[in-house]
Amino acid sequence: MHVPDGFLDVPTSVATGVAAVAMVGTALRRAEREITETGPALPGLTAAFVFAAQMVNFPVGAGTSGHLLGGALAAALVGPWTATVVITSVLLVQALLFADGGLTALGTNVITMAVVGVVVGYLVARLALRFLPPRARSLVPATALGGLVSVPAAALAFTGLYAIGGTVDIPIGRLATAMVGWHAVIGVGEALITAAVLGAVVATRPDLVHLGRHLQPAGSPAGGPTRVRLGRRGLAIGGAVTLAVASAVSLAASTHPDGLEYIATSLGFAGAASGSPADRSPLANYVVHGLANPWVSGAAAGMVGAVVPVVVGLLLTFLAQRRRGRAARAAE
Amino acid sequence: MAHPVDGLLIPTGSAVHRLPAQTKIVAVVLVVATVVLTPARSWGVLAAQGALVVAVVAASRLPAAAVLRRLGVEAPFVVFALLMPFVAAGPTTRLGPVTVSQAGLLGGATLLVKATVGVLAAVVLAATTGARELLAGLERLHLPAVLVAILSFMLRYVVVIAEELGRARVAREARGGRRAGLAAVAGGVGARFVRTYERGERVQQAMLARGYAGRMPVLAGGAATAAQWASALSLPAAALLVLLVGRLLVGVGG
Repeated sequence: MHVPDGFLDVPTSVATGVAAVAMVGTALRRAEREITETGPALPGLTAAFVFAAQMVNFPVGAGTSGHLLGGALAAALVGPWTATVVITSVLLVQALLFADGGLTALGTNVITMAVVGVVVGYLVARLALRFLPPRARSLVPATALGGLVSVPAAALAFTGLYAIGGTVDIPIGRLATAMVGWHAVIGVGEALITAAVLGAVVATRPDLVHLGRHLQPAGSPAGGPTRVRLGRRGLAIGGAVTLAVASAVSLAASTHPDGLEYIATSLGFAGAASGSPADRSPLANYVVHGLANPWVSGAAAGMVGAVVPVVVGLLLTFLAQRRRGRAARAAE
Repeated sequence: MAHPVDGLLIPTGSAVHRLPAQTKIVAVVLVVATVVLTPARSWGVLAAQGALVVAVVAASRLPAAAVLRRLGVEAPFVVFALLMPFVAAGPTTRLGPVTVSQAGLLGGATLLVKATVGVLAAVVLAATTGARELLAGLERLHLPAVLVAILSFMLRYVVVIAEELGRARVAREARGGRRAGLAAVAGGVGARFVRTYERGERVQQAMLARGYAGRMPVLAGGAATAAQWASALSLPAAALLVLLVGRLLVGVGG
């Protein structure tokens, strides 16, 4: 999800850089009280933890493994302001020392992942917590939901920036559907990993979780560590939510097919944006042919759009794991 | 002082290594911005700019194999760039058996070239600048002191934490084979967070005990001389010159 150099033009990159500096500056000021209290070591170590945890392979079921992005998890663990600072530090080191993410795209990456990813994840988790029983265990599903939503939200933010300053003319509606569809799938993995990691923290030290500071100290009357289990049921619920989100998004996209195209037409410069080869593809304009009702077929196209990448992704990881397994056996 | 993340540094003692970090950071950002500014289709200009960065790799005396290996970070966007001809809009062209968007083909190729030059420039920065110098450079460039302090703790502990996670993985596999469930892996990572948090508190206690009063010692990166700035900035200046000359030639040629 790290944007490289050359995706966005220079004016947009400069503008996102300036905006990112302002946003991180705000986060630094808001986090200052906590940072003076705890010292710079704690956020620094949290950043190191996020960086290291991003390199861990998590098995997320069906033979697939995934990586943590960590925006929602960091927000839940250390609070949204410190989390923004922490993820910004991670991105800065990745761009400067690991060439991961372009230097001119640093502003873009900070806005999508350190600001949108963290803030959306935190707000969704806060909101979800309101509807859950007020105990430490509720932190886990709430933060998982934050993780689920934060990833496609960051993808959508990138799509918005691309609409402003993208260097290649891609129909924005199509880009948004593809980005959000694909990242909704990644979001399911993020939710599962976030839940599992946070579950382990809540089981031992629920008092460390920033998001749960207002909750009563858990584990006092019942005693014993709380165990959070995530099985097929969690996977099924995650999948269902993804399909629902993808359908809803493509419904919104298809009721007004391609907002930018519409604007372009009304402004009178939509000469080139017609007759793309994909017009003849079965998902052209996100309407599945053969379904009469445009709303139903639009939603169906969204579901197909979400399912296809899952199937392709599962197939690829399955093949990769088989190869890796064979290589490991050969090495032994 | 040896620094863990200095594993990225390839010390050859070249003139590029000796430049102060702040001049190198500014030069790399500017040269990448110049490359991004170069319009599509200016293949000659992009090639010349790429050659300039490659010349810096040579001047740094970095081993080519190591540099090429680090370019591998780019792999995910290569996929995206290869997809672009199929998803972009505009008039199409036939390329063998498939029909692709001309704009997408051009855009994908341009993106690939620009991203590669960007990654190469960043690889040179990381391979010629130690982590401590980099932090001193960022401090010199007026990055907020809190952020520099956080970054320095991050760089100091990232290898420690990664190694601890690695040892946890070895221990888990030794006990339960390679097929561990999500709960087992995440349990280890969650426990690592608790340990990391507690370690952070201990570090703070230790710092307070040694007289920490809310201000980290300055990293004492020296100021760069005008000559050092000039030699570092000659790279983006040359890239900009190539761009301007290229534009001028296009203008003359019609």
